Amino acid sequence: MSRYLAVVGERCVACGACMKVCPKNAIAVKHGVRAVVSPEQCIGCGLCVKTCPAGIIKKVERE
Amino acid sequence: MKKKRWYDYLWIYTPVYLVLGMFNILFAWLGMIEFLIPLGIALFGGGKLFCNQYCGRGQLFDLLGNRLKLSRKKTPPRFLSSPWFRYGFLAFFMTMFILMIITTVHVFSGAQDLKQAVTILWTFKLPWQFAYHGTLLSPGVAQFAFGMYSIMLTSSILGFVTMVLFRPRTWCVYCPMGTMTQGICSLKEGK
Ligand code: SF4
Ligand code: SF4
Ligand code: SF4
Repeated sequence: MSRYLAVVGERCVACGACMKVCPKNAIAVKHGVRAVVSPEQCIGCGLCVKTCPAGIIKKVERE
Repeated sequence: MKKKRWYDYLWIYTPVYLVLGMFNILFAWLGMIEFLIPLGIALFGGGKLFCNQYCGRGQLFDLLGNRLKLSRKKTPPRFLSSPWFRYGFLAFFMTMFILMIITTVHVFSGAQDLKQAVTILWTFKLPWQFAYHGTLLSPGVAQFAFGMYSIMLTSSILGFVTMVLFRPRTWCVYCPMGTMTQGICSLKEGK
């Protein structure tokens, strides 16, 4: 397991920019409402964090 | 890099649209595609597939900002993603859209003359008669085209500016179509 994990904040606009950059297909927009991270697949690379135009994804340390 | 699919080239749509409208404004009617398809997808259970996969505008800003490095890639201001701003902008956008339809109806009925101008940012009128060569139909058809083109050009300008200033797809945060389709999906999810 990676040390870090992406976490999507409240104000997701469901644009899908994050899922386009994720190298592991670990993040996807669900039902057109918001992006959801799959913790098993996420490697905490932070690409989505830098891409999200709403600036609402955070890289956090896994528990 | 992920494997490219046919729909990864839809970014071509926006530049082609804007150029066609400089030759003949009636092409502006093609803009209806960008209204009806996303709404249709959202209404019929496809979620935000349009934004996530097919929207040429989102792809174009991605291309300009990332590939051509035109974006400063700074985190956009927080207010942009607030529901107040997003739904407020949607309401404003729809109001202007309805006013445009009313003008079109007036021109159809002959109560108002056709204005051969493209309005950017809802304020500045650009003379655009060079792209109007008459129509066999009612001048109202042309009036709608001028209105539609104004909307497309305005959103391209706003999107371009925020692409440069902030992250490439900043427009997607306050894009009225994006807000509307997400709103529909949220309602359907009952959240
Ligand atoms: S941090 Fe990296 S692996 Fe995890 S969701 Fe974001 S882009 Fe994908
Ligand atoms: S890029 Fe950001 S706003 Fe867009 S879907 Fe992903 S988390 Fe949501
Ligand atoms: S938010 Fe607007 S510009 Fe962005 S992908 Fe969706 S429809 Fe296209």
